[in-house]
Amino acid sequence: MIEFEAHAITKTFNRRSIFRDISVRVQSGEILRVIGQNGAGKSTFVKILAQVLTPTSGEVRFSLEGHAVKRYLHNLIGFVSPYMQLYDEFTAEENLLLSLSMRARPDDMTAVKNLLGRVSLGGRGDDQVRTFSSGMKQRLKYAFALIHQPPILILDEPMSNLDTEGIATVRQVMEEQQKRGILVVATNDHTDLENFDHQVDLGGRS
Amino acid sequence: MSGKIKNRTLKQILGIWTTAVIILGLGLPMVAQPSHWGELPLIPGLEQRARIIFFHVPTAWLSVIAFLTSMWFGIRYLRKKNPHDDIKSVTHAGLGLLFCILATVTGSIWAKFNWGSFWNWDPRETSIFVLLLIYGAYFALRSAIDVEEKRATLSAVYSIIAGVIAPFFIFVLPRITAGLHPGSADDVNSGPVVSSGGMNATMRVIFYSSVAAFIGMYLWMSNLHIRAVTLVQRKELESGKA
Amino acid sequence: MFLKDWRSELRTRYALSALVMFVLTTIAIIVFAFGGESPSQEVLAGVLWVIIFFSGMSGLARTFVAEEERGTSLTLQLLATPTAVLFGKLAFNVVLVLIVNTMAVLLFLFFFSSFRVDSVGLFVTTLTLGSIGLASASTIIAAIIARANTKGSLFPVLSLPLLLPLLMTVIHATTLSSEGAFFSEGLDDFRILVSYIGAVTGVSYILFDYVWKD
Repeated sequence: MIEFEAHAITKTFNRRSIFRDISVRVQSGEILRVIGQNGAGKSTFVKILAQVLTPTSGEVRFSLEGHAVKRYLHNLIGFVSPYMQLYDEFTAEENLLLSLSMRARPDDMTAVKNLLGRVSLGGRGDDQVRTFSSGMKQRLKYAFALIHQPPILILDEPMSNLDTEGIATVRQVMEEQQKRGILVVATNDHTDLENFDHQVDLGGRS
Repeated sequence: MSGKIKNRTLKQILGIWTTAVIILGLGLPMVAQPSHWGELPLIPGLEQRARIIFFHVPTAWLSVIAFLTSMWFGIRYLRKKNPHDDIKSVTHAGLGLLFCILATVTGSIWAKFNWGSFWNWDPRETSIFVLLLIYGAYFALRSAIDVEEKRATLSAVYSIIAGVIAPFFIFVLPRITAGLHPGSADDVNSGPVVSSGGMNATMRVIFYSSVAAFIGMYLWMSNLHIRAVTLVQRKELESGKA
Repeated sequence: MFLKDWRSELRTRYALSALVMFVLTTIAIIVFAFGGESPSQEVLAGVLWVIIFFSGMSGLARTFVAEEERGTSLTLQLLATPTAVLFGKLAFNVVLVLIVNTMAVLLFLFFFSSFRVDSVGLFVTTLTLGSIGLASASTIIAAIIARANTKGSLFPVLSLPLLLPLLMTVIHATTLSSEGAFFSEGLDDFRILVSYIGAVTGVSYILFDYVWKD
C-alpha cells in the first residue's frame, strides 16, 4: 500500500509566499483534488508532490507497505502536466521505451503498443512526436505517465487539449488509478473531478 | 544610543589611523642604512617605488580573502537556504571585486614605473587577472537570473567551483612563466620582501598597520552594505504585502 | 542517458554539424590570416587550443540548454536521478569533444606543415586528457547557465576562468610534444590534468543536485 504525507509545505518565490503550511495525508485508494484560481499555485504544489520542485520548507514523505521510501521516488510517480514536453525527434514508441530503459525496466514492446492503443494512438506509434497535434501529445503524455505502472498518478489540468473521446479515456484512467494506488488531480474546473477524499484549496491568486 | 557613539568613535579612529599610515608610508625618508625609527630601508632595485607595498599588497590579499569569505557564505546558503547568507555572500564578492580592481590598477601603474610596461603576464599579475575574471563571471551570472532563490543557489555553486579550481593556478603558473614580481623566486634584486630581512621594524609596523587599516575599512563597508540591503529588502517585503 | 542524447544527436545532428562547421571555418580563417607563413611551434600549439576552446564554447552547452528550451527538462527530472543526468551528459560531451578535437588536429596537420608531432604518445595523451578536462568543466557550467536567462553569452564568460589552468597546462604539454620531448617530461602536466579532471568531476557530482533541482 502506497502512502504519502505532505507536511507543512511552504513555497516562496522572491520572498513572496505562494502558499504556506499545507499538510495532507493520502493513502492508497484515495483521491486528492487540488483546486484554486489560475495563478494560485496549483501547478507549483503538485510539482512539489511529484518531487520535481523542492519546497521552501516542509517535506513530502512517502512510504510503501509501511516502510519509508527516500530514493528513486521518480519510479513511483507518473505525472501529466502542461509544462512537460516529450522528445520531438523520437517516435511515440521510442519515448515510451526511453521511460522504461531509464528506469532500468526491460523493453516491453507489447505493453508499449497496448498502452498506445488505449490512448487512441495505436497507429501512430512509429511517427515522430513532432508530427503530433496537441491533443495527440496530451494523450501521449498519459501513456508516458502510465508505462511504468506508477502507484501514484498526478495530473495537472487533466483535460486540456482533449476532445470528448479523450476525456472519456482520461476518466477511465482516473478510475483505474484509484483502484491501483493514489490519484492527485489539480484543476480549476470542478467538473473534472467530482468525488474526492481530500482537497487542498489554494484559494484566490496570491 | 551607546551603539551609535561607539560606531562613530570607531570610524573616527579608523580615519585617523589610515591617515597616519598614508602620511608615514609616503613621507618617511628612505635611506640605505636606517639608523632610527623615523627612517625606512632603501631596497636596492625598488627604492621609492617600494612604498606601493603599503597599499598594493593589502588590497591584493583582501581581494583573495573576500572571495573565500564570499564562497564560505555561499556554502552556508546552500545548507540552510537563509537569504541573509546570500546577502553576505554578494557583499563580500562586491568588495572583493573592488579591491581586486584596486590591486590590479595599483600593480599595473607600479609595473609601468618599474619595468616599463603596464602588463607583463608574470604569474602574480595573471592570477589577479584571473580573480578579476572570476568576480566578473560571478556578477554576470547573478544579473542573468531573476528568481532570488535560484540566483543565490547558482552563484554559490559557481563560487565553490571557482574556489576549487583556483588552487590549480598556484601549481600551474609558476611553471609557465618566470616571475618578475618582487618576491617570486626568480627576482634577482630582492627576494620575498615581507618575510625576509628587506624591511626594518618601522616599515614592518607601517605595513601591518596598513593591512589593519584596510581590513578595518573592509569590515566597515561590508557591515554597512549588509545592513543597507537588509533594510531595503525588508521595506520591499512590507510594501509588497500592504 | 548517454544513449538517449547520442541517438537524439544522430537524428538531428545539431551539435555535431555546428561544431564541425565551426572548426572548419575557424581553421580556414587562420590559414588565410597566416598568409602562407608558418608560425612557430608555440604559436601553433596555442592557436590549436584556442580553436578547441572556442569550438567547445559553441557546442558543449547544448546538451543542457536544449532540454531547457524544449521543455523536456521537467520530463528528464521525472525520468532519471540527477546523477544519471550529469554523468550521461558528461559522457556525451566527452565523446563530442574527442571527435571534434581529433578532427581539428587532423586539419591542423594537413594545413600547417610546420606543425610537427614528434612525441606521439605525449601528444595523444595530452589531447585526450585535455579534451576530457574541457568536457567536464563545460558540462557543469552548461548545467548552471541553462537555468539562467542569457544563456549563450554567459557560457564562455563563466567557463574561461575555470578552464585557464587546463589550457595553460595543455598548451605547455603540446609544445613539449612538438619539440620531441620524452613522455616522462610530460608527467608533471599529466598529473595536473588528471587531478583537475578529478576535482572538477567530484565537485560537479556533489553540487549538481543544487543546480538541477529547482
